[in-house]
Amino acid sequence: MSQTVTESHTDGQIGSASDLHLAAFRFMLWARLLDEKFATLYRAGKIHGGVFLGRGQEALSAAIGVHLNKTDVFAPLIRDAAGRLAFGEPIIDAVRTYMGSALGPMRGRDGNVHRGKPQDGYLPMISHLGAMISVVNGVLFARRMKGIKGIVGAACLGEGATSTGAFHEALNQAAVEKLPLVLVVANNQFSYSTPNDRQFACADLAHKAVGYGVEAHSVAGNDFAACMEVVGRAVARARAGHGPQLVVADLLRLCGHGEHDDAGYIPPDMKNSPLGRDCMKLAEEFLLKKKFTDAAQIAVWRSEAVREIEDAVAQVQREPAPDPFAENWTALATENLSEGRE
Amino acid sequence: MSITYLEAIREAQAHALRDDPRVFIYGQDVGAFGGAFKATKNLQKEFPGRVLDSPISEDAMVGLAVGAAIEGMRPIIEMQFADFSTVGFNQIVNQASTLFWRTNVPCPITVRLPFGGTSGSGPFHSQCIEAIYAHYPGLVVLTPATVEDAYSMLLGAVAVNDPVIFCEHKFLYYHLKAEKLPSEALPIGKARIAREGRDLTIVTYSAMVHEALVAATELATEGWEIEVVDLRSIKPLDTDTVMASVARTGRLLCVGEAWPWGGVTAEVIARVTSEGYGLLDAPPQRLNAKDTPVPYHPNLWAAHRPTSRSVAAAARNLLRT
Ligand SMILES: Cc1ncc(C[n+]2csc(CCOP(=O)(O)OP(=O)(O)O)c2C)c(N)n1
Repeated sequence: MSQTVTESHTDGQIGSASDLHLAAFRFMLWARLLDEKFATLYRAGKIHGGVFLGRGQEALSAAIGVHLNKTDVFAPLIRDAAGRLAFGEPIIDAVRTYMGSALGPMRGRDGNVHRGKPQDGYLPMISHLGAMISVVNGVLFARRMKGIKGIVGAACLGEGATSTGAFHEALNQAAVEKLPLVLVVANNQFSYSTPNDRQFACADLAHKAVGYGVEAHSVAGNDFAACMEVVGRAVARARAGHGPQLVVADLLRLCGHGEHDDAGYIPPDMKNSPLGRDCMKLAEEFLLKKKFTDAAQIAVWRSEAVREIEDAVAQVQREPAPDPFAENWTALATENLSEGRE
Repeated sequence: MSITYLEAIREAQAHALRDDPRVFIYGQDVGAFGGAFKATKNLQKEFPGRVLDSPISEDAMVGLAVGAAIEGMRPIIEMQFADFSTVGFNQIVNQASTLFWRTNVPCPITVRLPFGGTSGSGPFHSQCIEAIYAHYPGLVVLTPATVEDAYSMLLGAVAVNDPVIFCEHKFLYYHLKAEKLPSEALPIGKARIAREGRDLTIVTYSAMVHEALVAATELATEGWEIEVVDLRSIKPLDTDTVMASVARTGRLLCVGEAWPWGGVTAEVIARVTSEGYGLLDAPPQRLNAKDTPVPYHPNLWAAHRPTSRSVAAAARNLLRT
């Protein structure tokens, strides 16, 4: 278990700003190191299929994660290790899913970033971009029917996903229903290899909000303090009943689309521009400047994180792989309606 | 008193709403207007807040239903026409149908598909796409052919803990009447012998059951006894009932209103030939719609889909071999 991280789950309720910032920073740190571990395992051939990192997007992801309560709804996407941890995902669930462990939440049936626990409001993404937003709407819609108030649902996506029909339908639906939805768009300038000028033609993605009748927020996605403030405000607006909120964060992913991709299509001058600055560094600078913490403490957290991650990986490597003979090979909950069982 | 197939669908929904607070209906024009076919007539008034108009967003309609199901609700989604469900296809076949298998959290949603041809409806309001859904694991696909089944199977669909594609035939909406609603029903997943016979088995479902029954009556005047099996549910498919019928008759004709490539008729024949080859006295045959979009003009439409006449002709050919 990722005791330290999990126990420090903020539930969005922490009194002082510095506590919330420190919590968010620790999730960023844990996520960065966890991602690096997955990349190492991938290169060693220890992971089946792809590995998708959130390098450069941790500040934005952690910012949404720490502003959600455990009773909220969260549909993260491929670059949200930080947000997932902040929402309460134990590190071992991430490791088990990547390693295909039978003991993980997906039991080896699904892998890598396709993980979650719907019963806890933590929705497991399907690959089809844009498709999770209306599912978040549905949870919020049902809760409203049941008279549950004060909750929000967040969905994360990249700018590429804003071109899908599903995005359009779901954002419009949320607006019509005035649902407390927060859409967090990480505009990392490339969807896989496709640059923004081949993805959309509006001057600013935040302009889209006007057309849907929802509120928009723009932020520099690698600026930790700004992400915390802007995302926090968007969540608060949604929670207070102001309907869906669209957050558009400009940043760069500091890695390939997946670990198989060297991202050679990202021009060097873009990497060297302010857009390409690493949010981890900016966050650390911010915390030190504000004297919220010191370098020694950060070093301690770092080694704690490394130890926890190494422990989790070591544990999962000893765990049994899924057994095809123990599978019931039915996709239905109603077993007697299932075909093809032997 | 008599009740139509369409009224049975409305009554089943009223019953489900009354019995189970987790049920709600979401679809285009289903609210005050009562739906394009009036399948939800007055339900919004009777059940305020639980029968809601949706935007024209089939993808988001199904996505919302999945989210609500995760939250313990039992939504009914009305597609205005089955043809438009393709816009929500992704959410049905990738989101709803995989949820339980991936996460162990059931996805009890019912997606109602008013489907099948009626005269003058043309290429985009007539389609029979049940087989596409049946192809995907994780879905139950129902095709009631009678007023009684429309009622009891819709209630059953809402009770099932899995996503159900409920294919209700528009041709039967007003044509088909029953004296009263049933109090008992065959379980979901069981086929029904709609007419007994010993010379040839016609396996079919939905509106084609009625074409097959007319054909069987006609063939009876020529001395043939035709057995008609109404599948009721195409997934799961009740292979046992089909096989038992073929064992009695030795001849199999599968009839479907859907297009010929693959599909339910091909599936039935594949199962019978691989599992019951020895039962057959003649090569099994199938009759489907033609492999073109569904035509608009009644003359073309009548020639496009199987009718009692073409079913009878196909049966005669098979009886002669
Ligand atoms: C509907 C759909 N089409 C295509 C893909 C394949 N695909 C996976 S990620 C990706 C790029 C996504 O870009 P973006 O939404 O900007 O997110 P980013 O990867 O930049 O974080 C594509 C095309 C997909 N997953 N879903």
